Amino acid sequence: MKHLTAVLVATVVALATISARAELVIEITQGMDNPTAIAVVPFAWQGGGSAPEDVAQVIDNDLARSGQFDPVGRGDMLARPSTQQEVFYRDWRAINTEYVLIGRASVTGQVQMRIEYELFDVNRQARVLSGYEEGHVNEARMLAHRVADEVYETLTGIPGAFATRLLYVSVTRNPGGKDFYRLTLSDSDGARPIVLLESREPIMAPSWSPDGKHIAYVSFETSRPAIYRQELASGARVQLTNFRGLNGAPAWSPDGNSMAMVLSKDGNPDIYLMDLRTRELTQLTRHYAIDTEPTWMPDGRSILFTSDRGGRPQIYRYDLRTGATERLTYEGSYNARARVAQDGRNLVMVHQAGGQFHIALQDLVTNRLQILTSTDLDESPSIAPNGSMVLYGTKSGDRGILAAVSVDGGVKFRLPAREGDVREPAWSPYMSR
Amino acid sequence: MKQLTVAGKVLTLLFAAVFLVACSSKDTKDDSAAADAAAAEAAARSAAERAALEDAAMAEQRLQDAVTAVGNVFYFDYDSSTLKPQAQAALDAHIELLRTNDRSVRLEGHTDERGTREYNMALGERRANTVRDYMVVNGIASFRIETVSYGEEQPIAYGSGEANWSQNRRVELK
Repeated sequence: MKHLTAVLVATVVALATISARAELVIEITQGMDNPTAIAVVPFAWQGGGSAPEDVAQVIDNDLARSGQFDPVGRGDMLARPSTQQEVFYRDWRAINTEYVLIGRASVTGQVQMRIEYELFDVNRQARVLSGYEEGHVNEARMLAHRVADEVYETLTGIPGAFATRLLYVSVTRNPGGKDFYRLTLSDSDGARPIVLLESREPIMAPSWSPDGKHIAYVSFETSRPAIYRQELASGARVQLTNFRGLNGAPAWSPDGNSMAMVLSKDGNPDIYLMDLRTRELTQLTRHYAIDTEPTWMPDGRSILFTSDRGGRPQIYRYDLRTGATERLTYEGSYNARARVAQDGRNLVMVHQAGGQFHIALQDLVTNRLQILTSTDLDESPSIAPNGSMVLYGTKSGDRGILAAVSVDGGVKFRLPAREGDVREPAWSPYMSR
Repeated sequence: MKQLTVAGKVLTLLFAAVFLVACSSKDTKDDSAAADAAAAEAAARSAAERAALEDAAMAEQRLQDAVTAVGNVFYFDYDSSTLKPQAQAALDAHIELLRTNDRSVRLEGHTDERGTREYNMALGERRANTVRDYMVVNGIASFRIETVSYGEEQPIAYGSGEANWSQNRRVELK
């Protein structure tokens, strides 16, 4: 494995209105053995003044973070072409570059940004991709992430997931008083953090609606846990539950019409389903054990959950049509909080081995289990919408940080916050444009 | 509420003392005897009053001291919601005091950082419920007890390792 010891640090630029505390810093700790050498040449700026965003740098960082690419340093580039005519393959062969991405950015009207890009294969001496992205100038970073998505898909065959967003909870400790809890929304690289909710009481379990337009979370702001639903565009929110006991772990159904959740209003924690139009509740599990952490299979036909009905926590599957429950995990004495990739095959979860808590992946077809992480106290795994990476919470010293690992375990990076603890990441679905 | 209850007891004792004194002074013949009786009555009244007040206050103080001595935090073993003997003894002191008043309590269940957050929410609730059930069995009305779990969200000690974890696996009575 190629260890990049803090070689690449993508610094996050915060807007003035945003709490600097919520910022994440990306540190790549492990990349692939033979990453593809690609040059992301600074894009030509065809507007007045200076460019609002270094588009090429955003793309460069995205590709580097995937662990599958080794971007060429700008200082090593022998030329900086921005049009096809200016591309001379010998310049790139000389520095062992396999691919070259060039582009041009401009602003039309007052606020409309346009990014044109072209990707060249140095060995084949051919242009393999060209296109453009357009949008509001304030979304320049998102446009850059979309270019990175296109490049990534062209070169790996897997759709990119850079133009997505993250939710996470951060905590600033307040010795002698109550801590500050924040629910933050950021780009997938941690940039542009926006604090959605701030509270002196715990915030937990952020989750996304399948269209990426709404979120749900648990807040203790009433001195008891309750589930809230919030629209991102307007900030409008609704309290969905206020039952005695636990009100936790909201999980949107793939069709967006209902929400699985944990309630203990009838004595002990069971999985319930709420119809989001009528607010009607259906109790799914009925067991004196702890049933919690519901998550949907992508086909919407069954729900996975954690239960200690067998003595120790394990993952079970509840079939919504038949009501049948089957146990899915058998390896190890602690398997909990499952999340399933969009392919319906890769299940990631918290797995205890040798007394430590790691993130593990179980192939639901072969049932083979692979431990992906080597750190301890790893929790809250969340899978990228393209199924390539798993984001999770872990501990570094006595601080909570976010970290990511590829589903094959080969690529790893960390996202500590500048200050305080971060936890419970939730990777968004693909965002509609 | 606490003060009212004590005052109530004192009043009851006071009435009893006055009644006894009134009975004993029924057959007084002359003024001096009446004056003596009145003085005795006043003395008896104030003595009874003092004694009652002292008794009640002391009893209350004793229970309060016992509660202060044991604290309001009950600790648990890892992944367990079983009440340990020490926690049970501490809880008994609270129950004694709660029997003398009609205060409501809130039981907050907590866990250490090991295991998943939602599972720990359930474990914290189990711990709070264990304490609640013990109190109910020992005569405290369930409507006086509110339980809430914070799981691993509000640790006392932030570090890892048993020395920190053992402080975080707890139920706090508030």
